[in-house]
Amino acid sequence: MKSDVLIIGGGLMGACTALYLAKRGVKSIVLDKDHSGRHASGVNAGGLRKLNRNPAEIPLTVEASRIWSHIQELVDSDCDVKLSGQVRVAESDADMELLETRAALVRELGYEHEQMINRDKLYELVPALAPHCLGALWCEDDGFARPYHATTAFRRKAESLGADFHSHTALNALEREGDNWLASTHMGEIRAPVVVNASGAWGARLASTIGDQIPVKPGAPTLMVTERLPHFIDPVVGAASRKLSFKQMQNGTVIIGGAHMARLDMVNERSEIDYRTMAESARTVTTLFPQMADARIVRFWAGIEGFTPDHIPVIGPSINAPGLFHAFGFSAHGFQLSPVVGRILSELILDGQSSLPIEPFRADRFPTG
Amino acid sequence: MFKRLEENPTETVMVEIEGTSVRVPAGESVAAVALAHGLIHTRTTTISGKPRAPYCMMGVCFDCLVEIDGKPNRQACMIKVAEGMRIRRQHGAGE
Amino acid sequence: MKSHYPLVIIGAGPAGLAAATTASEHGIETALLDEQPAPGGQIYRNIESMPTQRAELLGSEYQRGEKLVQLMRSSNTHYFSDASVWSLNGQLELGVLHQGRAHLIHADQVIIAGGAQERPVPFPGWTLPGVMNAGAGQILLKQSGLVPSDGVVLAGSGPLLLLLAWQYLNAGVDVKAVLDVQPMSNWLRAAPYLPKALLAHHYITKGLRYKRDLKAAGVLTRHGVKDLRAIGGGHVQAVDYIHRNKLYSIKTPLLLTHFGVIPQTHLSRAASCAHEWNTAQQCWRPVNDVWGATDIKGISVAGDNAGIGGARTAEHNGRLAAFNAIHQMGHISQGERDKKAKKDLRWMKDELLIRPFLDAMFRPPSIMLTHPTDEEILCRCEEVTAGDIRKVLEEGHQTPNAVKFHTRCGMGPCQGRQCADSVAQLIAYETGTNPRDIEPYRVRPPVKPITIGQLAGMEQNSEE
Ligand SMILES: Cc1cc2nc3c(=O)[nH]c(=O)nc-3n(C[C@H](O)[C@H](O)[C@H](O)COP(=O)(O)OP(=O)(O)OC[C@H]3O[C@@H](n4cnc5c(N)ncnc54)[C@H](O)[C@@H]3O)c2cc1C
Ligand code: FES
Repeated sequence: MKSDVLIIGGGLMGACTALYLAKRGVKSIVLDKDHSGRHASGVNAGGLRKLNRNPAEIPLTVEASRIWSHIQELVDSDCDVKLSGQVRVAESDADMELLETRAALVRELGYEHEQMINRDKLYELVPALAPHCLGALWCEDDGFARPYHATTAFRRKAESLGADFHSHTALNALEREGDNWLASTHMGEIRAPVVVNASGAWGARLASTIGDQIPVKPGAPTLMVTERLPHFIDPVVGAASRKLSFKQMQNGTVIIGGAHMARLDMVNERSEIDYRTMAESARTVTTLFPQMADARIVRFWAGIEGFTPDHIPVIGPSINAPGLFHAFGFSAHGFQLSPVVGRILSELILDGQSSLPIEPFRADRFPTG
Repeated sequence: MFKRLEENPTETVMVEIEGTSVRVPAGESVAAVALAHGLIHTRTTTISGKPRAPYCMMGVCFDCLVEIDGKPNRQACMIKVAEGMRIRRQHGAGE
Repeated sequence: MKSHYPLVIIGAGPAGLAAATTASEHGIETALLDEQPAPGGQIYRNIESMPTQRAELLGSEYQRGEKLVQLMRSSNTHYFSDASVWSLNGQLELGVLHQGRAHLIHADQVIIAGGAQERPVPFPGWTLPGVMNAGAGQILLKQSGLVPSDGVVLAGSGPLLLLLAWQYLNAGVDVKAVLDVQPMSNWLRAAPYLPKALLAHHYITKGLRYKRDLKAAGVLTRHGVKDLRAIGGGHVQAVDYIHRNKLYSIKTPLLLTHFGVIPQTHLSRAASCAHEWNTAQQCWRPVNDVWGATDIKGISVAGDNAGIGGARTAEHNGRLAAFNAIHQMGHISQGERDKKAKKDLRWMKDELLIRPFLDAMFRPPSIMLTHPTDEEILCRCEEVTAGDIRKVLEEGHQTPNAVKFHTRCGMGPCQGRQCADSVAQLIAYETGTNPRDIEPYRVRPPVKPITIGQLAGMEQNSEE
């Protein structure tokens, strides 16, 4: 088989890259050892958050936000997007100070999307919140979507434009052969001049096979979801000094996260929920939303994701090999960025440069040794 | 639908079922007393609003969800009655 | 509750009771956990506080449980009622909710003896109020002395159906009909096993006796019933069915159905034990050997949880698992284990003679299992119909997990307990595969209800 571009990984990044390439008439083959959306992309918390991002990510997140607000135009599906805002609440004076410093930083960088709000405004937005909070950082047009549906929508749209997805097809080996890459799989060999490494938590492993040592480690952030509850909250809630992300989906279930890690066995790709950290997460919830104490937990789950030491992703050309681009290590906040990352990769491949600044995400930024 | 085989249980408690006070044998499940009291359906579903009633009585179907003392989503077949308990049908996801 | 026990047994039915008594007698500190308010499991439910009159109705088999419970009570077993196990992992860490308080405990050996649940079989009207499982009817009888007041129709297949009809008859209930959906072809399927089965004739003679009594009482019994439907708006009002190509309708406010039982696999799956599709019993069960040992070190299964075998077999199973656990912990040698287990091993051999006959005989008709009509609800929680599922199958999502993601089928509060098997069988049928080759829903903890508040309180409890 031959293709213009071979993409390893059928998650959001792989699917979005395939989509943006296809929109410009470039064919790609997308391989996944499991299937599109099986890992982080399909099981994440679905948060669409500009709020409190690393400054390096701000130009990307702002553009991604614009894309999400018109997602129907891109993928013919609304992906269940709900832009009801995100707040990051302050529970103490120290928290308030922290948030105010943050708001000032964002303003200085020339952005307006993160605003301090006072107590009154906070309780107007989130009446269900426990009464001890003092204020919050607020991003009005943040929100959430349904990750599995979004991943499927991106994939379907890409397929409708000619991208070729293969599930249960692992990349067994990748080598240079003249101007091409030669990939071997159980389906046979695939030749392509360009390869994209969008293999998430497995990204560093693939990178090392072509000589790029990138210190991205797999981890398994845990989420829990409750039974359906009557509608009681619109914005997504986080907290200045706690690990929390709290949102009520359109169907009434509440998804609770906050980067609590499960124990991960990468060999068998299994994770064991760490209930002590889940208990801590539950205590955060009952502190901020006491009425949640009686809500029943229907599921805990953990997804496997790649984490970089500086918690911002790797996006850009390979350190050592020509015609290979990385996009992985999103450190549990890549969902929102995905369309823009897909677009950036298509630009890198077709135009030789990105329209947005990606210098901070260079693959060779990590000290060696 | 159901009747009791034996009358005059030794130990009883008072509960309220849909606003009516009823004396019931202690130790019974909420689902059993609701059925014995003649509640034909004990909840309506979240999605279509259709009526449902306890189905398995052993904790595996979750069709017996009711509101107990104002709290929705209680599994009636697995919860014992207690003095003063207020049992209500659950409408959809609850109030 | 302590934070560690050498042996933890989940489920205080015949399997768990026998296992706990055996282990305790051998000096093993054993915790026996059950979510019910009292020991006995499904079959001997409420045995300790059963009024005599009610006990008599239930028959002599029921009374057998008394001794089992007494033996456990008089042993050193740490028995915890109202203790549901909401999680178990491969490291033998258990999440337990005991009287509303959450604990995390550890064990060196775990025996899962959580029993069976009734096989969910969708048919038109099965979600109507007034349609219940026959087992539910029996639980109401055992636990609360409740019986149908205005008549009942019993339908389905399997020994429990006959037993319940017989118990109701004794209680003076108006049994309007017993509708047996077993296809006549089951007789042919079962016939080859009959000679061997006769060697273990006690099962068969019991069944024949129930039948005779029902007939003598003039209860309408139909065999080879097809196209069972519960009819009604807000609740069931009639049962329609076809018998010998003729449509019949019986007015009734209550329909109790039973299609056999299947192992409860949520715990063994959460612990990532291997499971296999058992064609004879048409269900998944944990892969386990004669001692009940699974592929996960330290975890074994016993009783119906290991594969449907009935209450007597469960006792033997439980003892076998206990002997093996005692051996694994180094208290007895392999030779001692084998010697002690001799009687139980012999029973298991006899059991193998009768089981194939019963499995073949009581197998529900495959038409009910594999091709529900489009309107039929498969997922009772999320109200997903067979039609909804066929739609996503056509779109190419042909595994239970993919169907789940796309339809929310199996994502509701019952966590797939009511739809896992029917979804797999529908997919197998529609895609021309065998359920054996289908990967069932991934099971996510908690496998039993726990609230955020209960979880929030956990750490403190465990440090006591
Ligand atoms: C509803 C029903 C009715 C039946 N009626 C009859 C009958 O009348 N006659 C007959 O011969 N056979 C009957 N059977 C079959 C019979 O119950 C079994 O063959 C036999 O009881 C198996 O014994 P066991 O110990 O394996 O399981 P069980 O008796 O089911 O015991 C398992 C115990 O585990 C507990 N448990 C399960 N999961 C957890 C958990 N996560 N945490 C804590 N506790 C847990 C349960 O509450 C239960 O008490 C019936 C089965 C069912 C499901
Ligand atoms: S009746 Fe099935 S869970 Fe209560």
